Amino acid sequence: MTTAPEAAAPADGLLLPVPDEDGAPFWEYAARGELRVQACTDCGRLRFPPRPCCPHCRSFDSEWRRMSGRGRIWSYVRPHPPLLPAYAAQAPYNVILVELADAPHIRLAGNLVTSADAPLDSVDPARLRIGARVHVVFTELGGMSVPRWLLEKS
Amino acid sequence: MAATLKDATAIVGIGQTAFARHLPQSEKELACRAILAALADAGIDPGEVDAFSSYTMEETDEVEVAKAIGAGDVTFFSKIGYGGGGSCATVGHLAAAVATGQATVGVAWRSRKRGSGPRPWKNTAVQLPTPGQWTRPFGLLRPADEIGMLARRYMHEYGATRDHLFNVAMACRNRANENPTAMMYERPLTREMYMTSRMISDPLCLFDNCLETDGALACVIVSAERARDCRHKPVYVHSAAQGLPSQHHGMVNYWNDDPLSGPAWTAARHLWKQADFGPQDVDVAQIYDAFTPLIPLSLEGYGFCGRGEGAAFTEGGALELGGRLPINTGGGGLSEAYVHGFNLINEGVKQLRGVSTAQVPDATTCLVTAGEGVPTSAILLRS
Ligand SMILES: [Zn+2]
Repeated sequence: MTTAPEAAAPADGLLLPVPDEDGAPFWEYAARGELRVQACTDCGRLRFPPRPCCPHCRSFDSEWRRMSGRGRIWSYVRPHPPLLPAYAAQAPYNVILVELADAPHIRLAGNLVTSADAPLDSVDPARLRIGARVHVVFTELGGMSVPRWLLEKS
Repeated sequence: MAATLKDATAIVGIGQTAFARHLPQSEKELACRAILAALADAGIDPGEVDAFSSYTMEETDEVEVAKAIGAGDVTFFSKIGYGGGGSCATVGHLAAAVATGQATVGVAWRSRKRGSGPRPWKNTAVQLPTPGQWTRPFGLLRPADEIGMLARRYMHEYGATRDHLFNVAMACRNRANENPTAMMYERPLTREMYMTSRMISDPLCLFDNCLETDGALACVIVSAERARDCRHKPVYVHSAAQGLPSQHHGMVNYWNDDPLSGPAWTAARHLWKQADFGPQDVDVAQIYDAFTPLIPLSLEGYGFCGRGEGAAFTEGGALELGGRLPINTGGGGLSEAYVHGFNLINEGVKQLRGVSTAQVPDATTCLVTAGEGVPTSAILLRS
């Protein structure tokens, strides 16, 4: 990422991802609207969070494999204050963990929303359910693109 | 030289300051007061101290403490990582140092101004890129949010309910109501209060969360041989273990095959392997309780019940005095004081000395655990 994280803090004050060297490609692909996960070039296994070396075959060669963007809610919480001000303003909101259809052991944290740019509390809490099918969309946040999740039409 | 830590060392002194939402003294002063109290309890001159151990999220370091209390030349010092996960490891490290001749008098301590000091999660400048980039932007900000996620899944998979979590909160509060130095000494809890309290991170409510406390504690460790000459009945360090499981991710343990079996399982395997007794022989346990769901998880991890049975284990007053496994008999982090689990160590010592305010009759064995959900540690104490 080219912008300094603090300088790029968006107007609504939500925290921006602060990528490390290993994680940077995730956010670069996200900026193109692609959900990609690091995979070992040698043994093919997916790993998350990204890291320099494959824990299975110890290869240092990796690639970023595109995911379907579909998954299921594995768990969720609804944070209430005290919270950082920008989050308190939308509380109680939801945070979900999505197990990816392509790699169920990888569970991405995110927010279930009614549309990509909708607030973190936009979904009726009654619709939060473990096992619910969701798919990824991306929203612009302070110059970065971050994943959000929508319920699949049932 | 001992080839094993088993009963080679003992805790011979314990000390603490008052616990309160706000104490006027600095963390450094609180640390010194707790350490000097522990040494006085042991009957050992501070000039004899030659080893220190502490754990991270501690502001006072051994240089400051050693020169303030007038320690001698120090030949062993260690600081264990992962905050509350390191509490019991301080005892383990000192036991190893003393048992192998690296030092003779070890002091472990914890001083914390959590009640009146800043909360770590509020710090946005120190936003650790790994793994914070994967969780914090989405509003998973506090430990309560991170553990709440695992708690919800646990409840879903095993049919655990808020009543099970209440059983944990209630047992700790009941013990605190018997402990005059506990922050919640005169504050009884009812099921109605619990069920109607405000949510912090749904499914966790206010009473599922530990207290915020200013205070300090310390303990003193010497060889078993020397312990026999100290003031109190020695409390032997029977077994000690740390645990960082394969493919573990810390509090946000979301990216492996089995997020609900955490560091407790790893520490427990090593702890029991070295011990002469098993979970069924534990008279009383002090289980790290920053959040109520850590108790059912730890009960499973340390082998008191099977996988998924931790919540059911809490039923029928099992965690209360007279139950299957009385826990956190000083009130724990939920109701005595939250000082990253060090009060659990000292309470374990009190139980085996027979002087707890909620004494388990004839207790001779005690399990003490550190924070579950992060790289952890545990000790088995026996009298
Ligand atoms: Zn590989």
